[in-house]
Amino acid sequence: MSSPALDLRASKSGGETGFRCLALAAGAFVLVILGAIAIVTTSKAWPTFRLMGLDFFTTKRWSATDRIYGATAFIFGTIVSSIIALILAVPVSIGIALFTTQIVPAKFRKPVIYAVDLLAVVPSVVFGLWGINVLAPKMDGFYKLLNRTFDGIPILNKLFGPSAGGKSFFTAGIILALMITPIISSLSREIVDTCPAGEREGALALGATQWEMIRGVVIPHSKGGLVGAIMLGLGRAMGETIAATLVIGSSPQITANLFGAGNSMPAFIASQWGEADTPTKSALIALAVTLFLITLVVNIVATRTVARSQLRSAGGR
Amino acid sequence: MATTSLGLRESSAPLDLAARGGWRSIKNRLMRGLLFLSFLVVMIPLLFVLMAVVSRGAKVMGWSFLTKDIAPIERRPGGGVGPAIVGTLVVTGLATLLATPLGIMGAVFLNEYSAKGIFGRIVRFMANVMTGVPSVVMGLFIYVIFTLTFKQRGVGGSLALACLMLPIIIRTTEEMLKLVPNYLREASLALGTSKARTIVTVVLPAALPGIISGALLAVARAAGETAPLLFTIGAAKSLQINPFADEAMTALPLQIYSNASSSFPAAQARGWGAALTLLLLSFLFTLIARLVSARFATKR
Repeated sequence: MSSPALDLRASKSGGETGFRCLALAAGAFVLVILGAIAIVTTSKAWPTFRLMGLDFFTTKRWSATDRIYGATAFIFGTIVSSIIALILAVPVSIGIALFTTQIVPAKFRKPVIYAVDLLAVVPSVVFGLWGINVLAPKMDGFYKLLNRTFDGIPILNKLFGPSAGGKSFFTAGIILALMITPIISSLSREIVDTCPAGEREGALALGATQWEMIRGVVIPHSKGGLVGAIMLGLGRAMGETIAATLVIGSSPQITANLFGAGNSMPAFIASQWGEADTPTKSALIALAVTLFLITLVVNIVATRTVARSQLRSAGGR
Repeated sequence: MATTSLGLRESSAPLDLAARGGWRSIKNRLMRGLLFLSFLVVMIPLLFVLMAVVSRGAKVMGWSFLTKDIAPIERRPGGGVGPAIVGTLVVTGLATLLATPLGIMGAVFLNEYSAKGIFGRIVRFMANVMTGVPSVVMGLFIYVIFTLTFKQRGVGGSLALACLMLPIIIRTTEEMLKLVPNYLREASLALGTSKARTIVTVVLPAALPGIISGALLAVARAAGETAPLLFTIGAAKSLQINPFADEAMTALPLQIYSNASSSFPAAQARGWGAALTLLLLSFLFTLIARLVSARFATKR
């Protein structure tokens, strides 16, 4: 009598497997896109890799008219501007993460987090617009002052060389730092938040001050995850295009002078694409492939580091 | 002994409570001050940027700026960003329509079907990696597979933005699905409902507000992207609504970018105006996302 109401088998029919397959396909699509990016861009870049061979990575000169394409100056610019960005952004971001999780009264926590997240809402091109029209002219004077101050001191006089009118590696580094700060600080906040309250309270109960508790418990606990967060920030800084294009100075040179004009891989691609002929477009895509591979490696290592540290704190060590 | 892990070297540390008034207390205050300073250091440039955009953008802002076509001659004042606003809304809207269902289904697969499975772990890992793919690479990818054959048109930009949004939506949706309590699923399954029906009628509705606010945050981010559009949608000066038509479109970030490095004051002013418009749009999306999540969070 009761059998029709309990027709459990009917539920295992077509709709069920269909939905499951749909979900599986959607998940697999991520892999498809990543694979397609690698294959499609590499195949378009192949003429350049065949023309230049491995010299593509070691040649400093890029001349579309002579069909010589060298990526070294752009790789250099990408790395230098990203490292400046990291040096500026990392202490500040971790400071913000510790500030929001450990110091701020619970009442103000949300507003402080929202305020920092506002940085992530500002589009990168707006930072670029501000960088080229407001920040760069201001920094020019500052660079000249530093250049005069450190003139004659070895090493420092090379780093703080003559200013190239404000648009430089360093200006790009500042803008990139502003853009990766919300990313690093929100990731760090999540990581720092996993620190068990028992250990923190234990340290305080033993008489440690708040700072001693942070140094002795929170930082050792989160170290691995923080390294991962920093590397994810590095990946973002290297791939950031438009803001860097506007403020880095657009002149591919390899120099120790942080205040000199340079160029980065994404910036060069964006600025040259419009007037490039077919072989040059292939070379620019080759530059994009290089960028893709570098950021892929950085991101894979970073994601693994973060995941491993989260696993450790979830397993309670 | 145990105290060494706290960085305390004083032999009398455990009971030396009076010492808190001394150097340790000063250091504590100093470091707390430094941590607060790191917050201020970031707020100051943010305020500068916002003030510059508002004060300079307000000079050209107005109804005619928001509705007129792109200025035909760069150095003359006048013109507006009407086509760019429409372009941004249409291209980002279409990207959202493409990426959201796919992203939600991907997250359903990760959380409901393969939470611990090896394939699920690979997909989750790769989705995380995909959020870090530079936007310029996404733009060139769509250029090669779409724009080379179909020429520059709105839908190309939508495809590039959808590629950027997809991993973000997968991630935020999965986080939201994790928050849905297991007893809801078990109750539904115990009543004899199939798994697919449980997901559609119980799990997804329970997570909906979080999913919507995550998607809106992805929209706000995509609307501000420039590089993926640079290669894919062209540079129109007049209104173009249909993203599928064989016509170039334009978008607010592209207008800011092309005016930013101009030496003509009129063009720069238009760049700031476009920046103000874009900023207001991004804030609007973010605000709606916050309201949606706050509204539903208190309801529960």
